Amino acid sequence: MTKLDAKIPEGNLAEKWTKFRSSVSLVNPANKRSLEIIVVGSGLAGASAAASLAELGYKVKVFCFQDSPRRAHSIAAQGGINAAKNYQNDGDSVYRLFYDTIKGGDYRAREANVHRLAEVSGSIIDQCVAQGVPFAREYGGLLSNRSFGGTQVQRTFYAAGQTGQQLLLGAYSALQRQVGMGNVKLYTRHEMLDVVTIEGKARGIIARDSVTGALERHFGHAVLLCTGGYGNVFYLSTNAMGSNVTAAWKAHKKGAFFANPCYTQIHPTCIPVSGDHQSKLTLMSESLRNDGRIWVPKKQNDTRKANEIPEDERDYYLERRYPAFGNLVPRDIASRAAKERCDAGYGVGASKMAVYLDYAAAIIRYGKGEANKNNMHNPSDEEIQAMGKAVVKEKYGNLFDMYKQITGEDPYEVPMRIYPAVHYTMGGLWVDYNLMTTVPGLYALGEANFSDHGANRLGASALMQGLADGYFVIPYTIGAYLASEIRTPAMSTDSEDFVAAEKAVRDRLETLMNIKGTKPVDYFHKRLGKIMWDECGMARSEEGLKASIKEIQALQKEFWSDVKIPGEIDNLNPELEKAGRVADFLELGELMCIDALDRNESCGGHFRTEYQTEDGEALRDDENYAYVAAWEFAGPSKFNLHKEELKYENIKIAQRSYK
Amino acid sequence: MAWLAKSLHSSLGKKLLMAITGLFLISFLVIHCGLNATIFLNDGGVAFNEGAEFMGTNPIIRTMEIVLFGGLLLHIYDGLRLWLDNKKKRPVAYAVVDGAANSKWYSRSMGLLGTLLLLFLIIHLKHFWYFSRLTDGLASHTLYAEMQAVFTNPIVVIVYVLGCISLGYHLLHGFQSAFQTLGWNHPKYTPTIKSIGAIYAIVISAVFAAMPIAFYFHLIH
Amino acid sequence: MEGHLNLTLKIWRQKNANTAGKFETYQVSGISTDMSFLEMIDVLNNRLIEEGDDPVAFDHDCREGICGMCSMYINGRPHGPNRGVTTCQLHMRSFQDGETITVEPWRASAFPVIKDLVVNRSSFDRIIAAGGFVSVNTGNAQDANNLPIAKDDADEAFAAAACIGCGACVAACKNASAMLFTSAKISQLALLPQGKAEASKRAQAMVAQMDEEGFGACSNTGACEAECPKGISLENIARMNREYFSATFSSK
Repeated sequence: MTKLDAKIPEGNLAEKWTKFRSSVSLVNPANKRSLEIIVVGSGLAGASAAASLAELGYKVKVFCFQDSPRRAHSIAAQGGINAAKNYQNDGDSVYRLFYDTIKGGDYRAREANVHRLAEVSGSIIDQCVAQGVPFAREYGGLLSNRSFGGTQVQRTFYAAGQTGQQLLLGAYSALQRQVGMGNVKLYTRHEMLDVVTIEGKARGIIARDSVTGALERHFGHAVLLCTGGYGNVFYLSTNAMGSNVTAAWKAHKKGAFFANPCYTQIHPTCIPVSGDHQSKLTLMSESLRNDGRIWVPKKQNDTRKANEIPEDERDYYLERRYPAFGNLVPRDIASRAAKERCDAGYGVGASKMAVYLDYAAAIIRYGKGEANKNNMHNPSDEEIQAMGKAVVKEKYGNLFDMYKQITGEDPYEVPMRIYPAVHYTMGGLWVDYNLMTTVPGLYALGEANFSDHGANRLGASALMQGLADGYFVIPYTIGAYLASEIRTPAMSTDSEDFVAAEKAVRDRLETLMNIKGTKPVDYFHKRLGKIMWDECGMARSEEGLKASIKEIQALQKEFWSDVKIPGEIDNLNPELEKAGRVADFLELGELMCIDALDRNESCGGHFRTEYQTEDGEALRDDENYAYVAAWEFAGPSKFNLHKEELKYENIKIAQRSYK
Repeated sequence: MAWLAKSLHSSLGKKLLMAITGLFLISFLVIHCGLNATIFLNDGGVAFNEGAEFMGTNPIIRTMEIVLFGGLLLHIYDGLRLWLDNKKKRPVAYAVVDGAANSKWYSRSMGLLGTLLLLFLIIHLKHFWYFSRLTDGLASHTLYAEMQAVFTNPIVVIVYVLGCISLGYHLLHGFQSAFQTLGWNHPKYTPTIKSIGAIYAIVISAVFAAMPIAFYFHLIH
Repeated sequence: MEGHLNLTLKIWRQKNANTAGKFETYQVSGISTDMSFLEMIDVLNNRLIEEGDDPVAFDHDCREGICGMCSMYINGRPHGPNRGVTTCQLHMRSFQDGETITVEPWRASAFPVIKDLVVNRSSFDRIIAAGGFVSVNTGNAQDANNLPIAKDDADEAFAAAACIGCGACVAACKNASAMLFTSAKISQLALLPQGKAEASKRAQAMVAQMDEEGFGACSNTGACEAECPKGISLENIARMNREYFSATFSSK
């Protein structure tokens, strides 16, 4: 059994990163010019890594399946990005951000990585501002902050409800600058379909040009997978339609361990499903929980309209159960609480699978505030309403508009209906402190790796992690590997290994095309999604997981004998692309269930019904499960478990309480 | 000067030239319209003829006339160039276009309106500029008398009125568009510019159109 | 409230860039008014697959109106009949039962068709690569609050930066001009102190690239602004003009 070495630097937690940076091997500028790096994915992690590495002088190739790097799904992140700047003078510090992240992750993240993340968080804000990212500001011209779930300080920087967009466009412009200078070569509408390993090291990739269908071989001294999360295994999620696990899964099959696959974040505030036709779910930013109040009727199966239910017949269940954090409890807790209420029959809306997110109180509060600011005495209710709505519009206007477009209801007038939906995956490729997977030369950054969020990610931390990995971690840590690669010349892609890898990819595509079955890809994807949501979603049980593993295995067989893919292999063929991705999801789904079954405890986003406290909170088992479950691929439906023990030397491990 | 030629050949440069020549022609129209409006004094054309005499003989004005023709030709040349360029940018046309949903028809039809104006201008120049500058017609009768004579023909009157309508729409878009091209768009001032542009376009075209009509119906003598 | 529609779709089908395309007519029925336009196309596509036909290729990704990938020209307008939304956010409740809907790809020589409704918009990437950035390498930044920026400027820069690069402005413009797109980036960076150092170079480089890509000139019709799903203002084009002209006349 391989021993997992996380390569965490020795020494005091707060000094590890500084010491590492000062002692890590360097590559001199002349050698950088002859070292080639492949970056797959162009989201926050990929774009920032590619730009930063190109700035350093490496030769970089960037691949993305979309038509432009700017489309990557980081663009859709709404609420904000955390940083321990303490601009609000409310007691924030690197340690506090570190602590909140470990606690929020339910004590299942690696201390050293998280501390490094907190340390570089401030530099991210500096870098983005220097790039021209238009963060929200106060009248004095300084940056504005807001609160997010799981914290008691205001450390979230934002740009209206489009923070991810603005950060990604900042990273994208840095990337395009390098493209213009000739330091980065861009391959858009290209999908990575395999990692090429030579003598155990990652040496390149096989990519398919989606437009022509041509398979291409690309060499790299190192390969960086910045390919995001795998939430689409659930079919319905807040991920983009194209978000997929394929790159990570191919790496997994080539020897990279997959860590904690069952850690899935179900986001509490999404627009509920409206029907079978639904292709994706839309998130309503967590920032809405800053000002909105979540409630359900106190009466079961209440059919009255929201506005007709009097105040004392409403159950503000989060405020009731968690008075210290109220509506701002972490996501896993808020999601489970919503599910609990709906399952108990208190849900609202046509499907009864929704709770209210109400802005009426916030509108009045803001309206009165504006009246005071403007020295208005005795403002009328209408004036208060109008001014309050204006403030809410400025803060959340785009989200409210989006809600209205999708549901046809006006959230300024009636409470929004929300329900949890799959949003983020904390699990991912296992990486060491240097972000390298178990395959030498193969790295995973951003959501694609597993390292920083433990069993639950706090809001506004994904953007922080993606950019930390890309801007401030990989440019240093990659030196540790590449310094020993300076004698490796660029390899020919005509070598046996490349040819064989390309052939394997071609064979698989041809196999898919030749099945000529009867059902479209979506049919299988929807069925997989339903199994996953029902049995490996917000609540999991031994019995359900065991049954779903069997079901998924059966579904895999059915897929490979009955899927129908129209069109041609050598033309733009979205169905063929989808089929490849769903085939990988089918395998991943199985591993997720295996992992969830192995973890006989509840922690963060992983909730096993057998393991809960009397009042329904997650019950961790630190004695037996304080480890990272890193799975090794050992053949179809066969995965070997490797454990990385989690050691908490700086934080006292305790039951999470937000009461 | 290569930098200037290069910049004027860019898409923005062409627009700049269009805007500057357009504004120049707009300023000319004010003088032209103001002077011609003296016919409404109904003094038998005394004031008008005096003005016409001045415009026809003053050396500065005569020099400006050359500049005016230069500006006009540049405006036409540039417009033609833009039209030809822009046409190439969408080789396959849409089957369905709902232009009314997002813009005013006359803003999309500046080329067409300009062409109509050019045709009208040729007729107009033939009627009056050719008469007053290139023939010795003025020896026998005044420009005012010539106007009276020309506008007895109902077809001519209709052509002139249509010409003025084209002019009105051309100005309605062109006036504010020139400011936009020059970069003068500001939330405080743009509404005013747009209003002035609209008033200008309506007044100029209405006053011009009133002239042939007034003559034809003998409202002035 | 949910209802159901029967519709006739006239959709542009084109095998690839080198083949001529034509319209095909399809009937779809029982379309829920709660569906998005793209979900309606999904329904059609799954039927086409089951019938053994090639489904309609179209670009889409986030389906929440922010990635800028979806790009259909619906009934003569980019992103369809509603203002301020992308095609993925256009819902079928905006259509009438029995309606005929014509769907075309963005049409511009700078956006060549790849297949059916999919076009190549990499020209936009090249315009950004020409100058749509602040030249600051990672690690060079000062503390973020050392540079106060007036809230109004920050807000205005944000409004310009909200562009999603979908290309609706080009599709709507009678000249297939990319001025709204280009000006939004020039504007954002011209409004912020960080972008000032290279503002003049940026304006010239981006405009030159825009012209080279084969986009048309601006006729100030305002169609781009009206059709922009993110409400990017024409003021940005005016600002770009100012930046460009002042760069032209003052640069050395």
